[in-house]
Amino acid sequence: MDFINILQAGVASGTVLLFATIGEVLAERSGVLNLGVEGMMLIGAMSAYSVAVNLGDPWLGVLVAMLFAGLISQIHAFIVITLQADQVVSGLALTFVGTGISLVLGEGLSKSGAVPLLPTVTIPLLANIPFIGPIFFTDQSVLVYIGYMMVPLVWYYINRTRPGLHLRAVGEYPAAADALGINVFRMRYLYVFIGGMLAGLAGATISLAVSPGWFSELTTGGQGWIAIGLVIFAQWDPLRAALGSYAFGALRRLILDIQGPSVLFGLANPFYYNPYWGFFLQMLPYAFTVIVLVIGSREAMRKRLGAPAALGDPYIRGERGK
Amino acid sequence: MTESILRKNRRIPFRIVVEPRLSEPPAWYPAVISLIAIIIALFIGGLLIELAGGDAVRSYLHIANASFGDIGVLSDTIVKATPILLAALACSVAFRMKLWNIGAEGQFIMGAFGASAIVLTPVLPAGTSPWIFIPVMILAGMAAGAIWGFIPGFLKARFNVNEIISSLMLNYIAVAWVNFWIFAVWTEGGFQMSTKFPENSWLPRLLDYANIVPLFRGLTTHLGLLIGIVAAVILWFVIFRSRWGYEIRLIGDNPRAAKYAGIDITRNIVLVMMLSGALAGLGGMSEVTGVVHRLQTSPIAAGYGFTGIIVAWLAKLNPLVIILVSVLFGALILAGREIQPSGVPKMIQGIILVCLIASDFFLRYQIRFERVED
Repeated sequence: MDFINILQAGVASGTVLLFATIGEVLAERSGVLNLGVEGMMLIGAMSAYSVAVNLGDPWLGVLVAMLFAGLISQIHAFIVITLQADQVVSGLALTFVGTGISLVLGEGLSKSGAVPLLPTVTIPLLANIPFIGPIFFTDQSVLVYIGYMMVPLVWYYINRTRPGLHLRAVGEYPAAADALGINVFRMRYLYVFIGGMLAGLAGATISLAVSPGWFSELTTGGQGWIAIGLVIFAQWDPLRAALGSYAFGALRRLILDIQGPSVLFGLANPFYYNPYWGFFLQMLPYAFTVIVLVIGSREAMRKRLGAPAALGDPYIRGERGK
Repeated sequence: MTESILRKNRRIPFRIVVEPRLSEPPAWYPAVISLIAIIIALFIGGLLIELAGGDAVRSYLHIANASFGDIGVLSDTIVKATPILLAALACSVAFRMKLWNIGAEGQFIMGAFGASAIVLTPVLPAGTSPWIFIPVMILAGMAAGAIWGFIPGFLKARFNVNEIISSLMLNYIAVAWVNFWIFAVWTEGGFQMSTKFPENSWLPRLLDYANIVPLFRGLTTHLGLLIGIVAAVILWFVIFRSRWGYEIRLIGDNPRAAKYAGIDITRNIVLVMMLSGALAGLGGMSEVTGVVHRLQTSPIAAGYGFTGIIVAWLAKLNPLVIILVSVLFGALILAGREIQPSGVPKMIQGIILVCLIASDFFLRYQIRFERVED
């Protein structure tokens, strides 16, 4: 068992969570909680794979995945922004709809043969850096590099640019943003759409890069929900979101790989000789999500930080602000 | 906000005015709105089925025939409705307090596990009388579910951990936990299921009485239905007629008022999550001892906990209405097993929920057409 390999695969696996988490950070920063991430990811994974199978172009697959998931996200946007319904129930409904549609449209897709995948790239000079080079810059999918670039860009966008300031204003104090002439409704629609597109991208990352294929609901296996948990751990900050995502990616890989070798650190590997213990390993990502939530929630209480103030509330013009 | 949302259009002599309702709509109104929402949902679902290359009309006729066609399939529908009923009751009590327990699925699975442990460990020997077996299994199932509900409840009360995600994560953990036991400990010949339960631990079914009432021949409706209906009636009394129910409703409607009224919100979060978990656990117990008769993940973790969320919402969290709505969803799931593509029932459930939530708008706002006077 080679730890460099595990971390390298972990970064790729973490990229899935990274896209989904950053998308949800943007949506929540605008004040809209979208629990439909899992459904949108399934839509993305299914449509990306389906396009790659039928048309042979993985890039077109990524594009369709992002557009389709973005489109689906607008159901949630319409219900919670225009119709002012409860965001929790609507998000759950979106997960059901996304799962159902992807199962219906993905029927028979799992039996399709070889599919053109996204290319992997090694960055010439950076790959030579000891330790970091082989983990981050060797044989990674193009999407992984897009992930690296997205983190600082989104951080800068939210914290240092004017549209980012507007985004935060809409999520913290929509009435004040409205008074400044920012169109709260349009902004929220936009960021829910972007969140949806990124969830679709996350799905495409699974089905065309990290673990290629379509395995119905097991394709995502709850990663959309883990991403929502990571948003809370990340305190709505893209940098911490990246940290959490890559850590969880590495954990996922470790769990898959630790059962392989018969000898671990010079000792008999208990997971090799007791394959059923693997079920306890399977629990770990979900258990860690709960632990990470406890850490994030305690920290938020202590520092009096927290969610964007208007998160979960519909904005109704002319109603007294809170 | 009485101004018109859609601006006056000069060419059309009407304008649409959307304004908040000031008075409660009549009692029949929400039901009609929900019905319209479901019809629209079925229509959208049909369109999607056609798009995916299926035959919508045939699918729907098939659902109607294969679930209400004769007494045999009606009984099968009710068997499917039973776990949904208990899961929906579980969701309804938590949702009433705006506690988003979406871990009913996991609590359901743990309930099945708890009941199975009585037979498989074995806590009680195989020859025990059903009069002892069944009550003990009911208690074990409820206890296991309650423990699984306690975890997110405690984390919410103590650390303000978001219960949506923690309860959902526990679903996956429950599946892995049960898988461990049925693969490693209680397996039947290495297959992914436990050995079959002895017959005196099964919930009695109608067909057991076929020699007394010939009509019951072949009907698999089991005691779980009665357990579910009794639970619904008790829950109705708890929610609407007891002091505790009043507290739960007050916390849900107005947590600040509840706090000033001296209601212990933290304690109620934990208790309600445990009650919710116990009801879902009862559902798992009923399914494993009434239908499956062995511990096995695929028929137990079939998404009843998630369907329960939709049913609870459609029934406006009213325990008695949940009984009726469960039967409709039992039909959808029963008939849906044979429909191609196989994701159709799940998709239709999702679309129904979307349309229902959207339709709530018409309960809060009224829409008038107003003649524009020049």
